[in-house]
Amino acid sequence: MSLLAARDLAVARGGLRAVEGVSFTLDAGQALILRGPNGIGKTTLLRTLAGLQAPVAGEVAGDDIAYAGHADGLKPALTVAENLHFWSAIFGGPPIDAALSAMNLTELARRPAHALSAGQKRRLGLARLIVTGRKVWLLDEPTVSLDAASVALFADMLRGHLGQGGAALIATHIELGLDAQVLDLTPYRATIRPPTSRPAGFNEAFA
Amino acid sequence: MKALLIRDLRLAVRAGGGFGLALAFFLILCTLVPFGVGPEGGQLSRIAPGILWVGALLACLLSLDRIFALDHEDGSLDLLATAPLPLEGAVAIKALAHWLTTGLPLVIFAPVLGLMLHLPGPAFPWLVVSLILGTPALSMLGAFGAAMTVGLRRGGLLLSLLVLPLYIPTLIFGAEAVRRGAIAADPAPPLVFLAAITLAVLALVPFAAAAALRVNLR
Amino acid sequence: MSIWEYANPVKFMRISGAILPWVAAGAAVCCIGGVVWGFLTPLDYRQGATVKIIFLHVPSALMAINGWLMMLVASLIWLIRRHHVSALVAKAAAPVGAVMTLIALVTGAIWGQPMWGTWWEWDPRLTSFLILFLFYLGYIALWASVEDADSAADLTSVLCLVGSVFALLSRYAVNFWNQGLHQGASLSVAPGERMSSVYKYPLYVSMLGFFLLFLALVLVRTRTEIRLRRLSALLARENRA
Repeated sequence: MSLLAARDLAVARGGLRAVEGVSFTLDAGQALILRGPNGIGKTTLLRTLAGLQAPVAGEVAGDDIAYAGHADGLKPALTVAENLHFWSAIFGGPPIDAALSAMNLTELARRPAHALSAGQKRRLGLARLIVTGRKVWLLDEPTVSLDAASVALFADMLRGHLGQGGAALIATHIELGLDAQVLDLTPYRATIRPPTSRPAGFNEAFA
Repeated sequence: MKALLIRDLRLAVRAGGGFGLALAFFLILCTLVPFGVGPEGGQLSRIAPGILWVGALLACLLSLDRIFALDHEDGSLDLLATAPLPLEGAVAIKALAHWLTTGLPLVIFAPVLGLMLHLPGPAFPWLVVSLILGTPALSMLGAFGAAMTVGLRRGGLLLSLLVLPLYIPTLIFGAEAVRRGAIAADPAPPLVFLAAITLAVLALVPFAAAAALRVNLR
Repeated sequence: MSIWEYANPVKFMRISGAILPWVAAGAAVCCIGGVVWGFLTPLDYRQGATVKIIFLHVPSALMAINGWLMMLVASLIWLIRRHHVSALVAKAAAPVGAVMTLIALVTGAIWGQPMWGTWWEWDPRLTSFLILFLFYLGYIALWASVEDADSAADLTSVLCLVGSVFALLSRYAVNFWNQGLHQGASLSVAPGERMSSVYKYPLYVSMLGFFLLFLALVLVRTRTEIRLRRLSALLARENRA
């Protein structure tokens, strides 16, 4: 029983197909690294898998998903602990202590988020994943603005998550030192069909 | 759901939350009107119900774009949309938070401004009752407008253009109830309509607003 | 063959292209015919020559409301069946409907001045039309502000649904608020309120004319929108290649 499965998935950005024919499964304890040049549609694919937009074709199976995009979803006026408490309550996840210690935030727990550095904010955004209590993590460039020590911290957190039967799909360019498979999107880039002069299909004239 | 409500209330009262701006705007508006129409008490007391209702409506409009815009910018809205909480529920809670931080203070503050505008004595209870019944609809419709314009540049102006026509029935019945109170006529019929509109809006508009949010998130 | 076949852009273009000249010609004949015939009718014993503005006022008011209804139906079809042509028809109808509303308001003001002695009166019917005009403006502005075409179609459809409910609600709220001067429905079926057949038949002709004019304008605008969409789709494909 896989935690997340995509079958023959095609996603679109701005009305144009970005990638198509993507199929994979993600089992418990497994991590999958998403690779591909800029603009191929990694973010779009992750947002589609998270259910934020509908796929153009194909199917997604899996619902125990936590998504972490480019923005961390933090409120500058709230403290680190308050931010985590909020997401824990919304997702009905575990208490925040484990998340704080995993990303080395315990010292900063009472500091308001607007007083954090970019790297500290990112660590808080990643710690949020633990309090969601979700099995599948969809991570979009999680290591942006993290220093080497923090990246190692994050890799440890990820290993812990996988060890507890979780799974992760990560769009990243740096080496996390995980035992992970790589899914390169380059071969799935949507082909450009030559425009037909007299399109016959229903809405083909617009696609 | 409670967590979301508490967070929104907390954000509204902390620094930069803009709590109280709507009240200040309401005060300024009701100060400006006598400068425009003259200080004569009889005239002011005749138009006071309308001014108070229009003022409350505009003050409410002022803070609408904050309902979703900030959450959209910092990514919280994406995360809320993937949370177990249904988006319809999130919309309703955020509208409730908007009402508690904007609508309710306006209701409490309105009688003071009524004194300044020579609102006739018998109209005061009806002013408060009509605002209590009407302002939740203003917040909910405002949340709908905010959901429609959340990702747009120059969304603020468009928001007013979309939301203000939707406020017309509430304004008509609300101000009519106060006017009837002022001349000792029966304010019950407009109040009943006002309450009916508010209840219908609270029951149905969250679905439209959540649909608009989903479109704007993809 | 099902009726939805006409939602195929290609088929729509072919058929609308074929019927457009006929619709346009019919619109010209009926509009001019109705107004000229109306001009030749005798003067009303109470209203004098001012009554003749009815041949512009009533048909435009009719199409102002029917235009919104058509947008509502087209929006529902888009939301349910996702036919792009349907969304584009709603988009195309909005400015035409807004202009019809404006014509009804302006001719009403011109008519009201000699009749009621005022250019504008906060009469329920006039006010309702003003509110309808505001809804048209909001709808058009929303189409103009959303960049992604499908999102724009979705959002405007939702607005059209909610707006329809509130436009209707406002109509009754305004009735409650002010009883008004406006005469009842000119073509009411109730006995006693009937208008003379001298005016009725030319009015029917100009109503038909305005309907055909509306149809012709919406067809032209929809065809333009379809070509625009096709063009931008081709350009997007070109730019990516």
